[in-house]
Amino acid sequence: MSMVYSEDDRMLADTAEEFLSAQSPVAAQRALRDKPTAVNFDEKIWQQMLELGWGAITFSEDLGGLDFGYKGMGAIFEAMGKHLSASPMLSSVTLCGSLLQQLANAEQQTWLTAIISGEKRLALAVDEHARHDPDSMQTTATTVVDGFVLNGKKTMVIDGVSPDGWIVAAQHNAGCSVFIVPFSEQVKVKRLNLIDARNYAELTFNDLKLPAEALLGDAGNSLKALQQALDLGRLCLSAEMLGAIKALFDTTIEYLKVREQFGVKIGTFQALQHRAARCYVELELAQSCVIAALSDADKADANLASSASLAKWKLSKVADLISGEAVQMHGGIGVTDELDIGLYLKRIRVAQMCLGDADYHQARFAALAP
Amino acid sequence: MSELTEFRQQVRTWLEENCPMSLRTPTPDGELIWGGSEVNFTFDDQRQWFNSMRDKHWFCPSWPTQYGGGGLTAQQNSVLESEMRRLKCRPPQINLGIWMLGPVLLEHGTELQKQQFLTPMTRGEVRWCQGFSEPNAGSDLASIRTSAVDQGDHYLVNGSKIWTSYGDKSDWMYALVRTDAKAPKHQGISLLLLDMHSQGVQAKPIDLISGKSSFCEVFFDNVAVPKENLIGELNGGWKLAKELLQHERSAMSKFGEFQLPTHFDLMSLMSDYMPAPHSASEAALVNKAVAANMEEQAYNLTVQRLGAEMQAGQSCFGLMSIMKLVHTEQEKIKFELLLDAMGYRGLGWEDDSFSEQEQAITRAWLNSFSQTIAGGSSEVQLNVIAKRVLQLPENKGVS
Repeated sequence: MSMVYSEDDRMLADTAEEFLSAQSPVAAQRALRDKPTAVNFDEKIWQQMLELGWGAITFSEDLGGLDFGYKGMGAIFEAMGKHLSASPMLSSVTLCGSLLQQLANAEQQTWLTAIISGEKRLALAVDEHARHDPDSMQTTATTVVDGFVLNGKKTMVIDGVSPDGWIVAAQHNAGCSVFIVPFSEQVKVKRLNLIDARNYAELTFNDLKLPAEALLGDAGNSLKALQQALDLGRLCLSAEMLGAIKALFDTTIEYLKVREQFGVKIGTFQALQHRAARCYVELELAQSCVIAALSDADKADANLASSASLAKWKLSKVADLISGEAVQMHGGIGVTDELDIGLYLKRIRVAQMCLGDADYHQARFAALAP
Repeated sequence: MSELTEFRQQVRTWLEENCPMSLRTPTPDGELIWGGSEVNFTFDDQRQWFNSMRDKHWFCPSWPTQYGGGGLTAQQNSVLESEMRRLKCRPPQINLGIWMLGPVLLEHGTELQKQQFLTPMTRGEVRWCQGFSEPNAGSDLASIRTSAVDQGDHYLVNGSKIWTSYGDKSDWMYALVRTDAKAPKHQGISLLLLDMHSQGVQAKPIDLISGKSSFCEVFFDNVAVPKENLIGELNGGWKLAKELLQHERSAMSKFGEFQLPTHFDLMSLMSDYMPAPHSASEAALVNKAVAANMEEQAYNLTVQRLGAEMQAGQSCFGLMSIMKLVHTEQEKIKFELLLDAMGYRGLGWEDDSFSEQEQAITRAWLNSFSQTIAGGSSEVQLNVIAKRVLQLPENKGVS
């Protein structure tokens, strides 16, 4: 396992940093929140990200990818976390891209080529309840003469408003099948307005008729592929959270160095120094979990499931600690909307819940242990 | 074949011929060999391994040959270390003098001091202890009061030291003493080498909450120390002490490789003692154990990352500074959890109703309390991180 970034990964990180701080700083996310658009991300920035090749990073060259690996992708997500840049990278490229890569037949692969280039955008519909739980879905697919019929309801579909299509997981043939559902008026879409002001949707399928070619992979046999895609999503989300908490932590340390109270810099107080030092320690431990999971994603025989769960668990815990301390150490100004801290806090909270919170991943890690 | 590859080949052959098979296993408690005037071997292979390594001058492989060292380059030394790790060779001896005082003497000692003190170290003939901590000083090392008063040709030492590991079994001590009572507290301190067999030295083991311990209290009553045993400049001891503590940290990390007295597999021990499924405490215990296991995993990955960053030539000062803190705190949490799982069975003390393993865990739990204090308390580590890594401002009122 390689626990450090390569020169190439670093170059990618530098490019991402340069691009995002110029084109998509936190102020841009604030503007999107204050003047919501149809999809709550900047379509122009998204297209530029794809032109930079970000959609292609993890895919092999014969699919039009760069064959660069997840450590490179992690660097991109960390930079997006740092700048709170909203984009469909997670939903379309990581989650749906991975499912297509694993399950698509030759014809369906045109979807993959299209999402790598950014010509099309897909969103993955898995969750149905108040928590992430892909093992107990109630949405059903029934096989009929010339295709399938889909019934049920999906929630928290990331970037689920106005995509070119959705990939939907459902109970089918006593197992789990995944279907490509091209955008259609017959799918009822309800926009969800969440604290992080991003693009989430609730979908309802009432006897939705799907053609035979909508099925990805073998009927009733796609849970493993789904979990694999979700694990890749989980570690990208972990990398994004890492970027966000690093930004929060750095801002807070800077504040401790300049803010004066009782006639001295508050950073001289040992009570605060020790809490800051604890945050630093936890941040470093979290970073190790992320880089290990990214590295496992690039290795065929690695136990990606448990390292992804470890990363998501650790990041969720440390994000709680650091976002809480960032607000508390800033004092009153920390709870004002004027400061960006609140934007980070809200985005982190959503990212914690997405694709499984700390409790989910702790239980999963234990179940996966030999 | 490059010279280094050739060297590796030679080292491998030599180790395979000279390190007895019985010593290519982790060192159990009680089988550590401490070098010194009274070396104790529990079986003959240990003596043979000790003698072979001594005669090869590999107790101190990278020290100059003129003082009895092996004269290896840094690269050769790391080849030797990695080959020893590969064969799982036990360290032939443990000696604080070599690990901590030696490097300081090599840099700051006079020619005479180097000859007098380094050569016996490289032969494992002298056992050293560290005389830094004092009663009432605690983590505030600069507030020591043991005095060394200039008597013309010698110093007269009075006072006491505490938490001196194996003070009762050591031949010599490197001690911090106050040589100028009037100077600001960091500036009146000197580093002095003291013969533990001198008139007026008394060492007394300290019983801990976990039972007998290797820690001692050492008393000095008008102990005469020759002036040539002063290392470096008079009143310049603070700087040397800081250097020495740096060596201590890197030595501790090596010590950890050889023997981790508190390292154990939490999940497998927990499963020995877990209460019945669905009994009152089970769910909470399982949750806490899984979390502790995951935290340990995060720590282990960080150790791996530290290694990778060091190999890649990156600065890893920040990562280094969190190791001691995190490891000792995690061990403490793990022992608490084990005690919770053991219930009444974790409360035995020298009673044959409790198994040896149970009593060992109970003592290790009690001992884990000292780990977050010894070698720089958790709070001292947090201070180091806050000030040196995060560079938070100093409070001018407190030194």
